[in-house]
Amino acid sequence: MGKKVLLIEDEPNIIEAVSFILSRDGWEVKTHSNGHDAIMAVRERAPDLIILDVMLPGKSGFDILHEIRADEDHAETPVLMLTARGQLKDREMAERAGASRYMTKPFSNAEVLDAVRSLVPQ
Amino acid sequence: MKSKSGPVFLERRTYRRRRMIDAARLLPVLGIILVSIPLLWNGTPDPHTRTTYAMFYLFVVWIILVALSAIISRYLGPNESDEQSLGDR
Amino acid sequence: MATLNVLILVCLSYVVFLFAIAFAADRAALHGRGTWLHSPLIYTLSLSIYCTAWTFYGAVGFAARSGLEYLTIYLGPTLVMIGWWWTLRKMVRIGRSQRITSIADLISSRYGKSNTLAVFVTILAVVGTTPYIALQLQSVTLSFATFAEADLTSTSLPNRQSTAFLVAVGLALFTILFGTRNLDVNERHHGVVMAIALEAVVKLFALLAVGVFVVWGLAGGVEQTLERINASEIARWEVPTSRWIGLTMLSAAAFLCLPRMFQVMVVENENEGHLRTAAWAFPAYLMLMSLFVVPIAAVGLDVLPQGSNPDLFVLTLPLNAGRDGLAILSFLGGFSSATSMVIVAAIALSTMVSNHVVMPIWLHLTGGTAVVSGDVRNVALLARRLSIAGIVLLGYLYLQLSGGGTALAAIGLVSFAGVAQFLPALMGGLVWRGATRLGALCGLGVGFAVWMYCLFLPSFGSSSILPQTLFDHGLFGMSWLRPQALFGVEGMDQVVHAVMWSMLLNTASFVFVSLVSFPKPVERLQGAQFVNVFQHSATAGSWSGGLAQSEDLMIMSQRILGAPEAQAFFAAAAQRQGLAGYLPEPSPDFLQELERELSGSVGAATAHAMISQIVGGATVSVEDLMAVADETAQIMEYSNQLEAKSQEQARTARQLREANEKLTQLSVQKDGFLSQISHELRTPMTSIRAFSEILRDTEDLSPEEQSKYSSIIHDEAIRLTRLLDDLLDLSVLENGQVVLNEHKGCLEDLLDRAVAITGGGAGNFAIRREKSAEQVVLLTDLDRLAQVFINLIANARKYCDADRPELTIKTSQKADRLLVDFTDNGSGIPTDQQTVIFEKFSRIGQTKAGGAGLGLAICREIMARLGGGIDYLPGQRGASFRVTLPLNSQNATQ
Repeated sequence: MGKKVLLIEDEPNIIEAVSFILSRDGWEVKTHSNGHDAIMAVRERAPDLIILDVMLPGKSGFDILHEIRADEDHAETPVLMLTARGQLKDREMAERAGASRYMTKPFSNAEVLDAVRSLVPQ
Repeated sequence: MKSKSGPVFLERRTYRRRRMIDAARLLPVLGIILVSIPLLWNGTPDPHTRTTYAMFYLFVVWIILVALSAIISRYLGPNESDEQSLGDR
Repeated sequence: MATLNVLILVCLSYVVFLFAIAFAADRAALHGRGTWLHSPLIYTLSLSIYCTAWTFYGAVGFAARSGLEYLTIYLGPTLVMIGWWWTLRKMVRIGRSQRITSIADLISSRYGKSNTLAVFVTILAVVGTTPYIALQLQSVTLSFATFAEADLTSTSLPNRQSTAFLVAVGLALFTILFGTRNLDVNERHHGVVMAIALEAVVKLFALLAVGVFVVWGLAGGVEQTLERINASEIARWEVPTSRWIGLTMLSAAAFLCLPRMFQVMVVENENEGHLRTAAWAFPAYLMLMSLFVVPIAAVGLDVLPQGSNPDLFVLTLPLNAGRDGLAILSFLGGFSSATSMVIVAAIALSTMVSNHVVMPIWLHLTGGTAVVSGDVRNVALLARRLSIAGIVLLGYLYLQLSGGGTALAAIGLVSFAGVAQFLPALMGGLVWRGATRLGALCGLGVGFAVWMYCLFLPSFGSSSILPQTLFDHGLFGMSWLRPQALFGVEGMDQVVHAVMWSMLLNTASFVFVSLVSFPKPVERLQGAQFVNVFQHSATAGSWSGGLAQSEDLMIMSQRILGAPEAQAFFAAAAQRQGLAGYLPEPSPDFLQELERELSGSVGAATAHAMISQIVGGATVSVEDLMAVADETAQIMEYSNQLEAKSQEQARTARQLREANEKLTQLSVQKDGFLSQISHELRTPMTSIRAFSEILRDTEDLSPEEQSKYSSIIHDEAIRLTRLLDDLLDLSVLENGQVVLNEHKGCLEDLLDRAVAITGGGAGNFAIRREKSAEQVVLLTDLDRLAQVFINLIANARKYCDADRPELTIKTSQKADRLLVDFTDNGSGIPTDQQTVIFEKFSRIGQTKAGGAGLGLAICREIMARLGGGIDYLPGQRGASFRVTLPLNSQNATQ
């Protein structure tokens, strides 16, 4: 049984693509598509890895990241952040907020797999 | 009241207008007096005590009042807004 | 000779004619035609409702009984009219500047917008007027019956009760139809006024015709007529001094105080200048009305058999001489006098009842929430209609209960004396700043009680309502309380006695209580405004806003004034303050203006209450302000100047703040432009890249997966293309390089197309339209316009968050502009976002949506190119966009 990934993203096609790639690599992929109750989803699923989009309806990815880091159980859970805004200050913000890794869209499938594998030792 | 004491001498037009306002104020007083005169005839002998006589008198008074009112109204044209404060006190 | 049938026919045609005239006048006024409607002549003629059936028929009866005494009824108003400079001018000015709706409203406004006072005046007016309405109904039935008796061919006499009932129903109908068409008093009752003016001509003509017939037809010339008068019972001039003076004063007072006179004189007044014409023309009218009264009376007494009712001489003289045509004309004259009085009285009273009794109760019951949510306008209209029906019905019931007869004939003066009780409070309020609410209440109360006790109740005849012992020995056996000999004053004429005591005690208590009581600040403020109405047409501060929410005020105003009127009013106010859009700063000036506007519809007290419900504790600060500033005019003026200055500064500050806000918001957005466009481009590219890699790298894909993933790639590619198209479109539009393709087309077709493209009313999304209003032919770039419509409908579909989303498309025309409003029932757009939604890349919140936030920016550019505009319309509950288009679009091309 593979490790659990929680994908928090609002664009349905990207959800589909990432789920496809990861599940073929043996991951168990759960998805969640809005910002409001993302932290609830994190608590409920208790994933080994979180993939988090920055622009979400209801709450920004940075805020959610703060919440995750503030939660005792998930303070150490690796978080991979995705963003469609490739500016430097976004990357800095992500690192300050405690993101484990940061990726800019569009990404290649191989990059995603590499990043995920390196964040969660199999 | 707050009287910003205006100029002592007024333009001829303004002066005329003010006198017309005075006339408009006095007209009902004149009317009351004229209309009350027939009361003096009570109890005096003929011919003053005839209804026809009083009727003539009253209708003539009435026509005079209407005419005076018409004349005064004509002179108190619509340009009243320029000196509203005068109208009141 | 079927006189009765002819009479009925003539009468019905006359009524139809009146309806037609009223209808035509209303239509003419609606379309802004008919300047003659606004002529001083019409105003003067409308004043003639003073001459009711009581004067038309009754004057002759009065003259036959007591000679020239009847003239007092006409001389009083004549003196008031020629003395217009003293009182009427002021009343009309106040009525216009404070947007007064009735005499109750005037008195209530003057004394601090007190509703207690308004209710009291309303009740008094209803009590005083109901018998008078009964009298009119009676006169119509009586004259009808006279005809029936004279007509030998008729087999059965018409039932008097059913005649009265039919007349009452007809009058109520007419009044409701033409009297409650508009809610706002500012939009005057042109139809009603026109019909009344016509009736004024008819009654004057009828009476003159009868007079000419009597003098030259029956008596044989002027000299012979005078001889007959000299030979008759009324040959001697023997009018009691007390009655001559008393009745003249009474009729003068009633002329000022009668609710119906107030209605035509002040409320329906279009132009203060009309008063100047009426100042001589109305006395002339009265003179003509009374010219032939004595001759008719004298000849009637001479010619007609002993014991005939002198009240009907005007009718029976021509009938007796076989002049049926003249008799019918005379009947029409009486009929006109009666109907016009009832119509105007019903309008005046219904306004009072609905504004001061029904609306406050309704507002109280709904707990103020109705101010924003309920449909106040409809309630007010309904209240007015019901009040009209109720008042006319009351008159009818009074007629039935009192049984008509002679008791009713005396009611004219009784009624005059009743309404004359308003005089001290009214006149005192106009000239004396020290008059207080408490004083007015006490004066009215005392006067009303004395009038009731000494005149109204005894008018039913001794021992009918009041027991005989009361008349003989007084209340509680105290002889100085006898109703007809108060304080032991005996031997006086009953009417003069009652008028003297009621007015004396009324005025005394009014003055005394005013002197010892202390007015509230609002009262003092209103007092100053009324007494010195000519000194400052502008006003002293009243509302201190800031707390008020312009949008709430707008929602409320739309309910009362109607949406287009309220929007126009708010937009104009905003423009005056130098602000764009529909929401002005709730400055004191604006609030006061709004309050006046509203008070035109629902009365001063109610309007005040409504605004204070929204503005909150503002009244307190007014009172504080007043306490400081009231005493000396200098201080007030100085503080007003300061206030104006600080307001000016506050407004400039707000404008700056607004501009700054917008700039900051814009710069944040411009700053975000790159990251925005990057986001918009990268998102679809992510999917395209990911799926193309999947298709490339994965071997064992099923055919379904393959086709699914390629179609995703395809869709996302299209999305990218669309985004680029939009960007290009916008840049082309912004640079003004666009070429318009103008065609003729029907708005309805265009909307049909837009609705169809956006998916129509599919799903649970409902679109409501009013196709009849959409039959407008446009000459414009139809494709571009459709693009705007599509965008708006698609937005509503996408963003409307109601459970049952619903979009209303409303088309209207204003001046030469076509307005198309798209209003949904969702939660709308927050006020702070309303200014930026038309900017590029602005989307409400961070919601995921197909668009890039360019749609409305494109719409705005398109509409500017088409010579129109698109605005956000606040205060409509949901989100609402208004598309404006010039109707003759020929010059829209740039």
